[in-house]
Amino acid sequence: MNIIILLLVASLSVAIIFLIAFIWAVKDEQYNDCQTPAIRMLFDDEKIKNVKNNIESNN
Amino acid sequence: METTQQIKVSYDNKIVSYFAWATVIWGIIGMLVGLIIALQLPMPWLNVHEYLTFGRLRPLHTNAVVFAFVGNCIFMGVYYSLQRLCKSRMFCDKLSAIHFWGWQLIIVSAVITLPLGYTTSKEYAELEWPIDIAIAVIWLTFGANLIGTVWKRREKHMYVSIWFYFATFIAITILHVVNSMEIPVSLFKSYSIYAGAQDALVQWWYGHNAVAFFLTTPYLGLMYYFLPKIAGRPVFSYRLSIIHFWSIVFLYMWAGPHHLLFTSVPEWTQTLAMVFSLMLIAPSWGGMLNGLLTLRGAWDRVRDDSVIKFMVVAITCYGMATLEGPLLSIRALNKVAHYTDYIVAHVHVGALGWNGMLAFGILYWLIPRLYNTKIYSRKLMDLHFWMATIGLIFYVCSMYFAGLTQGLMWLDMDAEGYLKYPNFLDTVLKLVPFYYIRAFGGFIYLLGAIFMGYNLVLTAMQGKLEANEDVLVDANFNLENGVEIKEDENEGLHRWLEGKMGLFLALVVVASVAGGLLELYPTSLIEGAKNHKIVVAPYTPLELEGRDVYIKNGCVSCHSQMIRAIAAETKRFGNATTFAEDLYEHPFLWGSKRTGPDLDRIGLRGYNNTWHFKHLMEPESTSKGSIMPKYAFFNTNMIDTSTTATKMKALRIVGVPYTDEQIDTWKSNYDKQAQKIVDSLKKDGIQTKTTSEMVAMIAYLQKLGKHDAIKK
Repeated sequence: MNIIILLLVASLSVAIIFLIAFIWAVKDEQYNDCQTPAIRMLFDDEKIKNVKNNIESNN
Repeated sequence: METTQQIKVSYDNKIVSYFAWATVIWGIIGMLVGLIIALQLPMPWLNVHEYLTFGRLRPLHTNAVVFAFVGNCIFMGVYYSLQRLCKSRMFCDKLSAIHFWGWQLIIVSAVITLPLGYTTSKEYAELEWPIDIAIAVIWLTFGANLIGTVWKRREKHMYVSIWFYFATFIAITILHVVNSMEIPVSLFKSYSIYAGAQDALVQWWYGHNAVAFFLTTPYLGLMYYFLPKIAGRPVFSYRLSIIHFWSIVFLYMWAGPHHLLFTSVPEWTQTLAMVFSLMLIAPSWGGMLNGLLTLRGAWDRVRDDSVIKFMVVAITCYGMATLEGPLLSIRALNKVAHYTDYIVAHVHVGALGWNGMLAFGILYWLIPRLYNTKIYSRKLMDLHFWMATIGLIFYVCSMYFAGLTQGLMWLDMDAEGYLKYPNFLDTVLKLVPFYYIRAFGGFIYLLGAIFMGYNLVLTAMQGKLEANEDVLVDANFNLENGVEIKEDENEGLHRWLEGKMGLFLALVVVASVAGGLLELYPTSLIEGAKNHKIVVAPYTPLELEGRDVYIKNGCVSCHSQMIRAIAAETKRFGNATTFAEDLYEHPFLWGSKRTGPDLDRIGLRGYNNTWHFKHLMEPESTSKGSIMPKYAFFNTNMIDTSTTATKMKALRIVGVPYTDEQIDTWKSNYDKQAQKIVDSLKKDGIQTKTTSEMVAMIAYLQKLGKHDAIKK
């Protein structure tokens, strides 16, 4: 069952990529804030047409 | 302090709409093919033509649903959500277009080649080698677009969905490359470089993780984006979503061999897979609860809003399927359910429930947004929800009953240790009513999807596509001194190149590792063969061609060639299949579903050539009530023997010990063996040609189980 070696290498390389990504994510302070990202993603970006409309209506 | 700046961004909605319509169209086509093959089982006369037999359409159904329907839905959701989460347009419009059209072209090529019989026969990886290469190229295009967009993002924090998309890209790349290692014979024929149990292990490592990283992780990314958006409230626990992500990606890779319990792969790998499968319950249910609890305090909206109803059923089905999967990987339950329609029910909880329902929910929410309008008919959408849910229940329940019925009948023994149902056909005919109920459920589900298509088209027609959505975003990343880094400035270009360099380096590493392993592999396999006490004689040229007819017609869709080490099974089919017997099986043909009996030792059962001929021409003539299609065309189709020698040479490269003499004299050997079969059939008044597919098929079937084992 030499194939196990190949599968181990393939699976471990995926796992190592993920591990590096995890360490990077922690160091990059991606997980320092576990509250606001969930809320911030809810806000839609301001459409530019609407911005113009707002300015016009304000005037 | 973080600096933020308002920047004008133009989101590409056109590409999202393309993927959305592709999702709708391929979804309906994939389900329609599913309905046809569901009806072909109880009504075998529906196998009207060689190209439209069950064995050839089933891979078309699975590929269309998995890679076309779910695939396009993933890309639709990724292209929509990624731009908004990164506050940046997709990295490159050209890459988006290449990705879209390339992917559709791959699907069209599948629709053409699979019915024609160009197949590797490895489940969910049936497409032949040129298409495999195209898939790799288009997949990397998607990856480059994904990585590029994240690189250019204007929001420093990467929302959890982005992580799920990344995991999808990385894992599928490696899975596809490793599993698609094949040695080409001609433009549309290749052999897996792995053989037998080793091929099985690679295939189910791939097959299981394709479910994990194509049908699950990207969809979880979509769930974490679209569910909060649709419900208008944040995900229940962002912290839990991160734990969900990391535990899923680290656990999933090791569970593949649970598809191979009681087989000839090493027992410890089976047990290891079982343990990891059970561990997967924790993150999966964490994710499901995280999704459902997002709706806490908003459950009244479930009553009124069908979009949320679709999401709730989808997430519930995710929970059901991910509980059922680990339970099925326990030996005691696997013994009953494996090879039966129970597994068909299990995957359809995932496909119809989780993947289908989530796709419908997102489509109903997204299309009106893209076209700046409201849904054309809410009533029709409500109707679709109930049709999909009821169709799902009919489908799944009938297949649960069918699977349990058949699985228990196979295992049932009387007090003296004899099989209670020794005639395999009896256990199949019991299922016919269930097959009709399943087809009914599938029909309702399909009809609902057609209603959705109609509803969405009219929705689009009453609105107008906002191809480029111009917005002002608050950027907090990729800024320098509060000013946006522009691509055309040197610094920006430099950063951009750096990003590409990283990608290229990663690809080079992956390619060289894979290439190196590829070179090392065949030699190690041959040495592996030497270590076994018995050596199997390779197939003769005629048997080899017969085996390819078997592959071409997808016989593996219904017939297993793996007798599991279970008392009831060895009593029924003969000794359990061993590792050594399959050393030269490129690819392995163990199968995963047993609608017809196991064929691993069919050659030992004493059927003569005439019986096989009659059975293939008209299965009912030898087996009353058989639901197998008629393969009369085997007798009129001739084998293209121009590649026979090439096939033998290709197989020799991957370790099958054909001698020069065997390859040089293949023609006389072929004719001699074929003539014997033709003569024996002639005695019973049957006319055949030595080059017909029929003769090759009979030779192959007669060989199965007779492995000419040479003791060393």
